[in-house]
Amino acid sequence: METTMETNAAMPAESPLYNKRNYLNNGYSLRSWFLTVDHKRIALIYLASITFFFILGGFFAMLVRLELLTPKGDFMTSDGYNRAFTMHGIMMIFFFLIPSIPAVLGNFLVPLQIGAKDLAFPKINLLSWYMYIGGGALALFAMINGGIDTTWRFYTPYSTGHASGYVVTTILGLFLMGFSSIFTGLNFIVTIHKMRAPGLTWFRLPLFIWAMYATSLIQILGTPVVAITLSLAAVEKGLKIGIFDPAYGGDPILFQHLFWFYSHPAVYIMILPAMGIISEVISCFSRKVVFGYSFVAISSMMIAVIGFFVWGHHMFLTGQSQFAGLIFAALSFLVAIPSAVKTFNWTATLYKGSISFEAPMLYVFGFLGVFLIGGLTGLFFPALGLDRHLHDTYFVVAHFHYIMVGGAIMGYMAGLHFWWPKMFGKKYPEGLAQAGAVATFIGFNLTFFPQFILGYMGMPRHYHEYVPEFQFLHILSTAGASVLAIGYLIPAICFGWSLLFGEPTGPNPWNAKGLEWEKSLSPPPTENFSEIPVVTEEAYNYPDAEATVVTRS
Amino acid sequence: MAGKVDALYFYIVAVSVFFTVGIVLVAIMLAVKYRRRPENMVATQIHGNLPLEIIWSVIPLGLVTVMFFWGAKLFNEQEMAPKNSMDILVTGKKWMWKFQHANGKREINVLHIPVNKPVRLTMGSEDVIHDLFVPAFRVKHDVMPGRLSNVWFEATKTGSFHLFCNQYCGTEHSRMVGKVIVMEQNAYQAWLGGDTGESPVKSGEKLFTSLGCATCHLSNNAGRGPVLVGIAGKSIELLGGAKVVADDKYLYESITEPAAKIVTGYQPIMPTFKGLATEEQVLQLVAYVKSLKADSTAGPAPAEAGKSAPVTADSPTTTAATATPAPGGAQ
Repeated sequence: METTMETNAAMPAESPLYNKRNYLNNGYSLRSWFLTVDHKRIALIYLASITFFFILGGFFAMLVRLELLTPKGDFMTSDGYNRAFTMHGIMMIFFFLIPSIPAVLGNFLVPLQIGAKDLAFPKINLLSWYMYIGGGALALFAMINGGIDTTWRFYTPYSTGHASGYVVTTILGLFLMGFSSIFTGLNFIVTIHKMRAPGLTWFRLPLFIWAMYATSLIQILGTPVVAITLSLAAVEKGLKIGIFDPAYGGDPILFQHLFWFYSHPAVYIMILPAMGIISEVISCFSRKVVFGYSFVAISSMMIAVIGFFVWGHHMFLTGQSQFAGLIFAALSFLVAIPSAVKTFNWTATLYKGSISFEAPMLYVFGFLGVFLIGGLTGLFFPALGLDRHLHDTYFVVAHFHYIMVGGAIMGYMAGLHFWWPKMFGKKYPEGLAQAGAVATFIGFNLTFFPQFILGYMGMPRHYHEYVPEFQFLHILSTAGASVLAIGYLIPAICFGWSLLFGEPTGPNPWNAKGLEWEKSLSPPPTENFSEIPVVTEEAYNYPDAEATVVTRS
Repeated sequence: MAGKVDALYFYIVAVSVFFTVGIVLVAIMLAVKYRRRPENMVATQIHGNLPLEIIWSVIPLGLVTVMFFWGAKLFNEQEMAPKNSMDILVTGKKWMWKFQHANGKREINVLHIPVNKPVRLTMGSEDVIHDLFVPAFRVKHDVMPGRLSNVWFEATKTGSFHLFCNQYCGTEHSRMVGKVIVMEQNAYQAWLGGDTGESPVKSGEKLFTSLGCATCHLSNNAGRGPVLVGIAGKSIELLGGAKVVADDKYLYESITEPAAKIVTGYQPIMPTFKGLATEEQVLQLVAYVKSLKADSTAGPAPAEAGKSAPVTADSPTTTAATATPAPGGAQ
């Protein structure tokens, strides 16, 4: 099919199938990796680190799902179960999902997509990984010594006055990890502002860059708040100074306000980058410009900004004033609009396209399905009177897994498959990768759809034991989790196979638009571009059937 | 209330199903129709369409606006306990529920209530945050330490229903469960018995003396503290001119954090009674203060009409001072 595409004049004159002098073989020593300031190498060590924490978080998820096969707590003790789901949440949210797309694909792609040699602050980029891994080491230390059972939310006064275990150590770990997130955001914002290639105006930027920019704003504005909040909780726990615990004159609702001020926008740290990837991939595999480019770009910013003012919807039932409840509910509904706009625009992008169904595109279709369900079930909570019933039940659990696992991880997988040939210059087995996308989609829905029904029936979160009428749906959910595990194993096999035996792909195997594909090699050289690229066209400037007709006539 | 909550639920389900199925079908149709094949190798570029963008922003906006107002109206009804509600005190602690009925009868993890009668729970926690959840009644509220929480519901059929703690509270969280047993009105009265113990109001009255509240809070203006007779539900002017309604939460706070809101014309000399009184005792004190009426001889008669008509929930909680039923009054 490549032959019928118009020849790509923008490609460097010499474009070998596999670029021999690349960032991967620019040094083999440990020092050349662990003291590197190359954004691409840092992306790869992030990739290895977050994969480690993903496996760990997945292990705890398995423990939880196994325990929930039966209504009685017969596999673990209650304390064991409580620690398992807490560690699952902490590992997955703080050490996998939040850094996943920004720190791996963002790190790799932001300079490549805007035509820069590196990020604005390469050393801070390296420091961010050390902060991350230092935080991870502290959390691991706490885990190995028995873990904690505070849930990932650390609600006071339970976490400060009642929980045992290495709570303060874990909090310190999250504090460090938070700085890695802030550094990454800071780096991206400065880079996107100052280091775009000549001609690359804001509205010519790839939508992934817009998404990363919106995400970075949340990271630098929100993360300090949670870092301070958790530090205050640690101070209260260690020194018995009353801040959040009413026993010492503190206010537990204050903790929830501060915690959700970050932790609600944190969900957008996970989903916005995934949305950026969806825009890139859907455009490439439809061979079409993204429908309503500027609306999709601006909607990312709107989600980031409005997302900062909706945190109170986690607290409707705490005794928060009714007036505050109304404001937070109205603002929460507003977030639905830019999300809906994105979904409509992606669907419209397919219209009159030339669509093919390689693995990244299959993940995009999967994303569309689960994001629709995850997004629409978000509407149930700001409907105040209905939140009273659904709040903190499995309906919430299902909803946020649809966004954070369905949405964010499918987006991450789409991106990883899409840019894998760029990162390593090698092919993966396409058929097997497609099977992975299908297995992920089926396994995911089988795992989490039953949980909506459980929640409506009244199954509360964080329950080690439950009443017998909930068992059937729990069995379905655990069965689905097994399929989902296979769905995650398959890409691992694909990528492993690719590294060992993969055929070289050439610089632009998808025939995609974008500086990383058109102006750089695969894998890219350390300096990314042989000369600074000059941008003269909009993003996603794919060939136009009608334009061709016009020029012929 | 369960029916009203479910109606909203199914409205949002309908909207969700419509959009999910609609968009998925459209996406599948487009994917099939415009799949890449020899006669469709090059796409037709379409940059966007402003009217479409406006339409698909405004339609969702309209749909969520309906959800917002519907949900807000429902929430308002859920917050406003009817005037004829019966009061039950609830104390949560790791890991059990303690209930005390108006005539003093106590129970643990099981709550007996009459059918077709609004029940208003006044709740506090002795340790961490708990959350009382009865799925069958679609009712739920956090039970906070250090502050008072209210929630009300009305059971419309008899039977036994699950009661869950819905806020993670440690090891035995999933065993902090119980039953709500809904009985016919007369069966409930028979179960309740006569004077089975000291009523919360009576306990509160004793505490009011033993803790020395009565030395400052006199029944005339001569005391060092404000007069409490008839205070419940009134609007109070605070130091600095702000106004506050003396609802349950205010009364609770005035006992545990007396310096938080100072009534104008008085000195901030009251010590906190946090620690001196248990969670339950503070709730009893609140119940007693609410029972103090200017013409206390008349007594709270209207609440005891036996079978109450279906309640239209339009009267605010804050004036629910008449909600303290006389022990055994309806027998």
